[in-house]
Amino acid sequence: MAGVGLQLGIVGSYLLIALAIGLVAYRLTSNTAEDYYLADRTLGTVVLLFTTFATLLSAFTFFAGPNVAYSAGPEWILVMGLMDGVLFAVLWYVLGYKQWLVGRAQGYVTLGEMLGDRFGSRALRGVVAAISLFWLFPYVMLQQQGAGVAISGLTNGAIPYWVGAGAITLFMILYVAISGMRGVAWTDTLQGIFMLVLIWGATAWVLAAVGGPTEATRQLLASDPDFLTLGGGLYTPEYVLSTAISIAFGVTMFPQINQRFFVARSKKVLQRSFALWPVLVLLLFVPAFMLGTWARGLGVSVPEGGNVVPALLNAYTPGWFAALVIAGAMAAMMSSSDSMLLSGSSYFTRDLYRPFIDSEGAREDLFARIGVAVFAILTFVASLFRPGTLIEIGDTAFGGFAQLALPVIVALYWSGTTRNGMFAGVLGSQAFYLAGVFVPAVPSAYGGWSASVIGMLLGLLLTLGVSALTSPATEENERVYSEGLRAD
Amino acid sequence: MVRRTEAVGWALVGGVLVAFAVPWFLWGSGQIAFGLPLWLWWHIGWMGLAAMTFRAFTRRAWGVGVETGPVDAGSGSTDADTDTEPAEPKASVRAEAGGEH
Repeated sequence: MAGVGLQLGIVGSYLLIALAIGLVAYRLTSNTAEDYYLADRTLGTVVLLFTTFATLLSAFTFFAGPNVAYSAGPEWILVMGLMDGVLFAVLWYVLGYKQWLVGRAQGYVTLGEMLGDRFGSRALRGVVAAISLFWLFPYVMLQQQGAGVAISGLTNGAIPYWVGAGAITLFMILYVAISGMRGVAWTDTLQGIFMLVLIWGATAWVLAAVGGPTEATRQLLASDPDFLTLGGGLYTPEYVLSTAISIAFGVTMFPQINQRFFVARSKKVLQRSFALWPVLVLLLFVPAFMLGTWARGLGVSVPEGGNVVPALLNAYTPGWFAALVIAGAMAAMMSSSDSMLLSGSSYFTRDLYRPFIDSEGAREDLFARIGVAVFAILTFVASLFRPGTLIEIGDTAFGGFAQLALPVIVALYWSGTTRNGMFAGVLGSQAFYLAGVFVPAVPSAYGGWSASVIGMLLGLLLTLGVSALTSPATEENERVYSEGLRAD
Repeated sequence: MVRRTEAVGWALVGGVLVAFAVPWFLWGSGQIAFGLPLWLWWHIGWMGLAAMTFRAFTRRAWGVGVETGPVDAGSGSTDADTDTEPAEPKASVRAEAGGEH
């Protein structure tokens, strides 16, 4: 227990640094909604790259991902590379650059706003926001839950779960509500760099103790000769492709990622970030997942319900380093959640509250800050009860968001898309996917392909087919996405 | 039409990058080199190649298929891209000139 004070000190210092950065950012933020949500569209390369990157990385990098590598093999590195390194980069251009151009020309802040304006439909705007919040809420809850579990695990239960989750929630509310996108982006940058340094430090430390990668691999193969063979077990080609495709498209529709498409300062910033994606993905996931893989050969035993990376570090590194890594995992959770809170709040205020309930109301940036606090408190309360249904929604959130991607891409590139086509594609694919997740009689996979990928295909066909069969309503403006979009 | 050919060409390049990010031809192989599986080395190399390709794309062709001219929309979508052609070299020259290193 002597180490607990030190460990809490490390985690606590980390939280205070994040808060301090938020306060500095607040001093630079004016009182407009665009500045609060989007930092006035002025983010530079390093900050944009890391804020998107850190936002992408939840606790999966430190805990669940290495656990999968430990139990099923390191092939998840390939899934990650294909998903975040290549597919997401391509979508960064196809969706992200287009949205940046459209957003800059028309002043959009949210996805729902962008679609609602083009299709002259408040209902479409509301539907897109509601679907997004439906999948986002439990996902935020899972992050708070993860933080609570991590803190109570670190202190051997001296700090109960609810205090850990509550403290994280409070810190996030403070700096998100105070500082908005600029503060979130800056803390994300700190968190992203912190995570990269930690994971490489951990890998170097463990490998130095073991005698290098060749020795670590030799020990692994001595106990488990087929473990590094590509494929087998969990990993089928259908699984690898379904997972990578579904998550890559899903990521682009997560509110906090999608909103980042609107925030780059210039084309140059988008370009640089785009070319760096594959490199960053390699730098983070190869060491993280190989640590989990090697742990298997090193005879590290993982406690029931525990995680392999902390177990490995406890065996090979001093206590303060393990605490740093827990702080790193906390950083990963917070950097995802803070951005989700901010974006969730903007979806709610701009696309649901303002259009449907109160179009005048108080100053929007003030309202948005209250929205952040309410959203965070609600997810915190939910995380105390951890209802099974919410956990299931959170776990399947990527697939749910993925259903939105193809109708949006069609809308952005095909001027023949109609409002009816959008409704059919968005609602049809959601219904199909939800049925696959929640209705036991509906299969969740088709010949090895996940319901998510099949649902995406269905959404694409519905959007194209119904658009072709229907004519645009008079309020639609098919030129919004195609006219005068040039960066200079 | 040049822009259209260019777009198709880059789409093909993107397709190849996606297709071989996973070394399907090494499926079932357990060969090890320098302490890591051979398939992982392929992946590392491929990601490096992807990053270089993306960089080349940002310098030569950024905007292809996405940017549209100011007057083309609505007036027949098939040739919509051609309007951007004269402006493109300017845009990329400016991008180069603005590049800080």
